[in-house]
Order: sequence, then structure tokens, then C-alpha cells
Amino acid sequence: MTKSAKVGSVICDELITAANQDHNILALTSDSRGSASLTPFATQLPDQLVEMGIAEQNSVTVGAGLAHSGKRPFVFSPAAFLTMRSIEQVKVDVTYSDTNVKLIGISGGNSYSVLGNTHHSLQDLAITRALPNLEVYMPADEYQTRGLIQYLAKSNHPAYVRIGKQALPDIYDNQQQSFRGPGKANIVMDNGNDVALVAAGETVQIAVRTARKLAEQGVQAKVIDLVSVKPLDRALLNQVADQVNLITTIEEHSIYGGLGSAVAEALAIRGDTRVDIAGFPDEPAIAGTQAEVFAHYGLDEAHLTKRIMANLNQ
Amino acid sequence: MRIDELKLKAAQIRRATWQMIYQAKTGHTGSDLSCTDILVALYYAAMNQTPATFNDENRDRYIQSKGHAVEVLYNVLADRGYFPKSDLETYSQYDSPYIGHPTNHVNGIELNTGSLGHGLGLSVGIAKAAKLDHRDYHVYTLMGDGEQAEGSVWEAAMAAGSFKLDNLTAIIDHNRLQISGPTAEVMNSEPLADKYRAFGFDVIEIDGNDMAQLVDALETPNTPLRPKLILADTIKGRGISFAENRAEWHHKVPTAEQYQQGLDELDAEIGRLQND
Repeated sequence: MTKSAKVGSVICDELITAANQDHNILALTSDSRGSASLTPFATQLPDQLVEMGIAEQNSVTVGAGLAHSGKRPFVFSPAAFLTMRSIEQVKVDVTYSDTNVKLIGISGGNSYSVLGNTHHSLQDLAITRALPNLEVYMPADEYQTRGLIQYLAKSNHPAYVRIGKQALPDIYDNQQQSFRGPGKANIVMDNGNDVALVAAGETVQIAVRTARKLAEQGVQAKVIDLVSVKPLDRALLNQVADQVNLITTIEEHSIYGGLGSAVAEALAIRGDTRVDIAGFPDEPAIAGTQAEVFAHYGLDEAHLTKRIMANLNQ
Repeated sequence: MRIDELKLKAAQIRRATWQMIYQAKTGHTGSDLSCTDILVALYYAAMNQTPATFNDENRDRYIQSKGHAVEVLYNVLADRGYFPKSDLETYSQYDSPYIGHPTNHVNGIELNTGSLGHGLGLSVGIAKAAKLDHRDYHVYTLMGDGEQAEGSVWEAAMAAGSFKLDNLTAIIDHNRLQISGPTAEVMNSEPLADKYRAFGFDVIEIDGNDMAQLVDALETPNTPLRPKLILADTIKGRGISFAENRAEWHHKVPTAEQYQQGLDELDAEIGRLQND
């Protein structure tokens, strides 16, 4: 049985280590230190935590001012607010001015579920992916989160990280194989060349479960963990497209503009690979537990297996 | 520089700005002329920054939140030697870094602005960094009065007061006009002095086209633990009789006839100041 870890707590843990070594590392919170699992950081490094109050726009702008003065701010806020309410601040103050701000979107996608659409961020990849000079990441397990935060603590580029609320089982056996830098995706399972499942963040485990279910039915699947939604690992995607005729993308995001779109954009010119995008439809998400909502939208292994079998039989 | 020298410098900068806008056929004329004295007081008197110290960690910083008044900023920076004056011949031309709002591709400009309501928050971040690092540089930011309708200004003002940033001076170019007309009619932001006091600022109200008052207000030290706001009453289009207090000159470009008349007025003012 693999262990599970809450990504937020892992980020806090890694950031404490990094911030102890580099006192320019700051955590900015918008009344979100609890929900961002940053209480240990606040307790251990109170001088490196800046409380911004419930003001997400100003959190990003002040983060840019701090970064311009040599600080390395990590701005934490629910992904829904950080990437929607504050997107103009991200565009102007971070990506356009090229300030070294790390944006950590917590409780991303449908994580807040029954709290409703005000708290969902099912469009964040579409909007962050379209901004020049912004790296976009979605870690899938504890090892990868550690590797990613260690990279971000040293990098000088603006980045957005989307995480969820669930405790995630290990996908990887060690940190080294889990995160290999910007624009590097990983093949986490390779049963054969019938279909490739492409996912990132919390949907990687769904892709793995789906691949296992497909194997029971004699379908050989690969699972690709993008982790770096931008820059995209075009080389690996093309290598996969050389081997399979069908790619199914699985995301906790609108079917418009997310990682499925990213994969389709990259491969469209080839004309030899079908890309099927599984995600949230163009409507406000219904209420329910995450499992109920994912099943409702066909994002569980049972529905995905049927969908892939149908596509393979076309 | 003495006050009379600063006044002459402001008149010369107005002339260069007027000329640049006419030649490029684009620019925020009224806004530039409104805040020319403020920029001259900052760059030639108050601020501890020169082209040689622009990358020094202890330099004072300036963030122009009302980015549209970029033509006067370019002319001040060129005159101070941040880049050759001839660079400005490319203003608003193909692939020039000298575009219609400030960017950090231009030497002397800290951060990109132009979308209103960002400068005060950026300045709060820069001032907060100075506090964290125990540095004693000062941060100046210039906003418009129409800009005060942006909600992000007030998020930043609340943080400036809350963080007790006594190394921060915000200036409002209070010319009471914006693109659609009088600010009080478009969206009334008054009483600005009371509002900023309520957010924890010390407020100094001055004639923002009076060089002596400007220098005095800028050089007045902040009260410990309090940010400072200079509410600078100005005249939009200042220095050109037919552009003064006229909202339509917000980004109007002069005709050939208007250009010559304006130039004559500015030259007459320069002549007067040289003979004083």
C-alpha cells in the first residue's frame, strides 16, 4: 500500500527548508495560512510570512514589488481567486514586468466542490497557459511536489502551481524520476501502444487506475504525467504520438483551454493522432463529493474505460 | 538645484514633451503637462537616484502609476542621462522600447505600468522589502486622481497603513479632470485627503505646480510608522493656455498651428525664467 500525502503540507515542509536557507523566500497569504497548510511556516518563520488580508489582487502586486527588490515571494491563495480575480495583476505585474513571483493556487479545480462555483477554478489552466512568461505546474504526488518546490525555490521565472485538497498516493518511487524540470513530462506506466492517457496533478492517479482497468480488458495503455503544463513536453508527446493512434486526456478543468487543449494544439499538425479530451463540460459544476462529481462527468476509471473502448472500436 | 533652476528645468521639459508628442502624433498631452513639475521635483531634487546608481540596492525608487504620462517621464530620464535624448526620436515607432506606457526595457524604469491601480501596490511591496532588509531607501509613486476609482488602489492603501510604511510617499496629480470630463462627475473620489488619512497616511495638500511647495512637501520626513500622501493640486495641460483645464487635451495631439502657438508660449516662459 503506497502512502498518501497532502500536497499543501508537503509544500509547506519544503518551503520551510528552502526559506531557512534563503531568507529572501517569503510566503504571502490572503487570510489563507490555514487553508494553505502554512501554519508551521508562520510559526517557525514569522518574519518571512507576509499576511495580506483578503486582498488577492494586492497580494500579487505587492509580491511583484517584493520580487523587484530581491525577495522570492510565494503567493498563496485559493486558485479560483488567484487566477481569476488577480489575473490582470499576474499579467501586468508578474509576467509582463518579469518579476520572480511564484503563484500557488490551492484547492484548485473542483476541490471546494459543494462550496460552489465561486470557489471552483476550472478555467485556471486556460488563462494562465495563455500568458507569456509563466510556467504552469500541477504536481501529482509527494515526491513530485518536493522536487517542484525545490526547483521553484531556486528558479528566477514566474510560475503558477495548481494543487488540490486530496491526499495523493505516490505515483513515483523517488523524487529524481518524478520532477525533471520545466517542460519535462514523465511516462509513469507503459503497458503498450493501444492508447495513451495524458493527465496532470490529481488526475494522474485516475489515469493510472484507468490504465489498469483497460489492461483487464486486454487494452494496453500508457500513462503520461505532464506535470509541466507549460512549457509542454512536445518531444515526449510526439514520441508517444508516433506509437499510438489515440490519446485521451484527463483533467480537472474545463474541456476548453486546459491540458487537453494543450496536447491537441501540440499534435494537431501531425494529422495522424486522435485526441479525446475528457474534462468538465461547459457548465457550472454540480454539487457533490469529489468522487460523485467526477463520476457525474465521466472522469472515473469506469466511465473513462468505456469511453476509451468505444473510441478504439470506432 | 535651486528652486528657480528647477522651474526653468520644468519649462524646458514641457517644451521637449510638447515637441515629442507633436512629432510622434501621439501622447497624453494634458496628463504630461499636469505632472511635469512633480517629476522635475522628484528627479532633480528629492530622489536619491541617478543613472549611475539606478542598479544600486539602496537607491530611492519611483513607480509611475499613472503610466499614460510617459512622455514627460521619458524626457526627464533622457535629460538626466539615463539614455541618449536621440533615442526618443523612435518614440512609438516600430519595435521601439519607448512606447505609450512605461516598461522596464527602458533604462531608469523600474516596473511596467499603464493599467491603472497598480503603482501603489508595487510601491508597498518595494517599501516592505526595504523594511524586511533594514534598508533606508524611499519609494515614491505618482497616481492620477481619476485612478482613485480603481479598487486596487485602496487594497494597497490599506496595506501601506497596516504595514506602517514610513518609507513610502504617494503623490496624487490632482488635476480634477479625466478623459470623459470632471473627475467629480465621472466618479467622485473626494474627499481624498480624508480618505487617505483614514487609511493611515499623513496627508500634505499643496499647489502641485508650485516648485517650492513640491520640494518642501517631498523633503518633509514621514512621521515614524506612517506613509505619506502628497495631494498635489495641479492644472491639466499646465503651460499651454488653450490646453489648460480642458479634458479633451487628455491625449490630444496639437495641430501645426496649435503646436507653434504652444511652442511660442513655452519659449516665452523659458525666456522669462532665464531672465529672473
